[in-house]
Amino acid sequence: MAEAGITYRKKRLDRGIKARAETIFAISSYREILYLLLPRVLPVIGLLVLPLVLKGYWGKVLIYACMYGLLALSWDFLSSCGLFSLGQALFFGAGAYLAGTLNYYLHLPPLITLPIASVGGGLLCALLLSPVVRLRGVYFAMVTLMLPILFMKMIETTGLMGGSHGLSALAPFPNEWVGSYLAVVGFLVCLFVFRRIIHQDYGLILRAIRDDDRAVMSAGINIYWRKIQALFLAGAVGAFAGAFMTHHYQFVGMSVFALDYSILPVAAAALGGAGTFAGAALGSVILVPLSEALRALGGLRIAIYCGILVVSIIGLPEGIFHYLERKYHQFERVVEVE
Amino acid sequence: MGGEPFLRVEKLRKHFGGVLAVLDVSFELRQGEFLGIIGPNGSGKTTLVNLITGFVKPDSGKVIFRRKNITGKMPYTIADMGIARTFQMVRLFYNLPAYKNLIIPLCSPRVKKLRGGRYGEKDDAAIDLLDDMGFDRDSFVPYKLASTLPHGYLKRLDLARAVAIRPNLLILDELFSGMSMSEVASVLPIIEKFNQEGLTIVMIEHRLRELFRVVDRVLVLNFGQKIAEGSPQEVMETENVKRAYLGTDVEVI
Repeated sequence: MAEAGITYRKKRLDRGIKARAETIFAISSYREILYLLLPRVLPVIGLLVLPLVLKGYWGKVLIYACMYGLLALSWDFLSSCGLFSLGQALFFGAGAYLAGTLNYYLHLPPLITLPIASVGGGLLCALLLSPVVRLRGVYFAMVTLMLPILFMKMIETTGLMGGSHGLSALAPFPNEWVGSYLAVVGFLVCLFVFRRIIHQDYGLILRAIRDDDRAVMSAGINIYWRKIQALFLAGAVGAFAGAFMTHHYQFVGMSVFALDYSILPVAAAALGGAGTFAGAALGSVILVPLSEALRALGGLRIAIYCGILVVSIIGLPEGIFHYLERKYHQFERVVEVE
Repeated sequence: MGGEPFLRVEKLRKHFGGVLAVLDVSFELRQGEFLGIIGPNGSGKTTLVNLITGFVKPDSGKVIFRRKNITGKMPYTIADMGIARTFQMVRLFYNLPAYKNLIIPLCSPRVKKLRGGRYGEKDDAAIDLLDDMGFDRDSFVPYKLASTLPHGYLKRLDLARAVAIRPNLLILDELFSGMSMSEVASVLPIIEKFNQEGLTIVMIEHRLRELFRVVDRVLVLNFGQKIAEGSPQEVMETENVKRAYLGTDVEVI
């Protein structure tokens, strides 16, 4: 409170209203075209250039970031129809083991195992989780959390598919470039396809199921079948990431069902901002390199990593992406309040 | 005509724990009829609607709709067969603009079937529907987020959502609760028009004056049981009904 009794408040004004309108395309001036295009094109160009710039260790980190990004996108897609999953590792592991067994026992090359493992992994996950699509919220989350552990223990005790030793000496990608560009392009394609789907009628129904499933049912739409379809799509994306990592490491073992693959995507989506896909992608592009950079600190790494997560989630509960989006679209200025 | 009625409810029963919500309720409905269901709070009206529309599975009894047994079917199957409903507590998609709320029913398999090959712009169809419900197409109202609309508009939006699937039978669960007199006066003619165009309607209502003006027949529930059925005048003269509503008699059991 100033001495004269004047207080100030922040006033927010929308920027570029015309460009943001849903139906009007801003082709009137190059400034508006840039306003719309820059935030979309710059990250794409950046990601496409990065594999050329980053070599060795940081090149691998980029690949991890893309794969965790795919898992985060798959999580965000499921959550957009009200299925909160804590089991991205199930999708990841299903794809990884499918690609691994196809390559190990049938000697199929990576470019054939990848699509088969993606589709097969998606089908498998949809099939496994279809009995529980009626569960909501935490009950669904519990089941998804348990399934990867179940698979891990089954492989360990039965010794199937390599047991606790895993399958090694699998075929690598033809060369380094194929690998890194497959990761980056796969990540970008998934991001844009998911964003497109969710804004069409198909995605509208998925979002409506999250808002109120009874209202969707009373419109004569089979919500369980829709949820199974969403599970297939999310499962296929997660399985692609798993299959990719199998060929990247040239090895697949029980660790693909590890909790990391379930928790980190959720953390990435929470940090970046859920519900937009861009937020989940941004979150994983931040989190994965951060966790690698902290490796130098040794034991304290996880503690610091968790600390950063907690602070950012408390400080920016909406997520980084929503915050940036708002800043981009709005002016803020301080005005006097009488 | 003759033979099987449009909708036949046979000895429907449901209890939640120790509470009997609906106890052996039976009634029939002709095509094109306008039936009112009344009863004091907690008399099982909404449960009856939930049983017919599949949101609650009955303990016993049957629901036959257009010669097909729909007892215990899933809500979306029943809706797909042509029974639409509104909800007492409005169920809408609040994060979407009003007209987008109607895109969901307009995407349903039923509407696709009925519209056949001519599957035009859904946005336009949604705006047309809302215009019929009194959302002026030239105003901002159809484009506003559902969460920002006043209660009366939400009720009308819920009604629009129900009729969007082009039902054969429309069940209105306390559509007028929370609406102002003028809002009721504007919605009532819309519903009457649907009925005159051949839509069969079941209406649950507490506002008896408005209800009695439009319905052909009334069914009265109390403590889950049907206590009277007939034209509005007949029903209100029944001793049971007077007692249920006014409590003139105190019975010690």
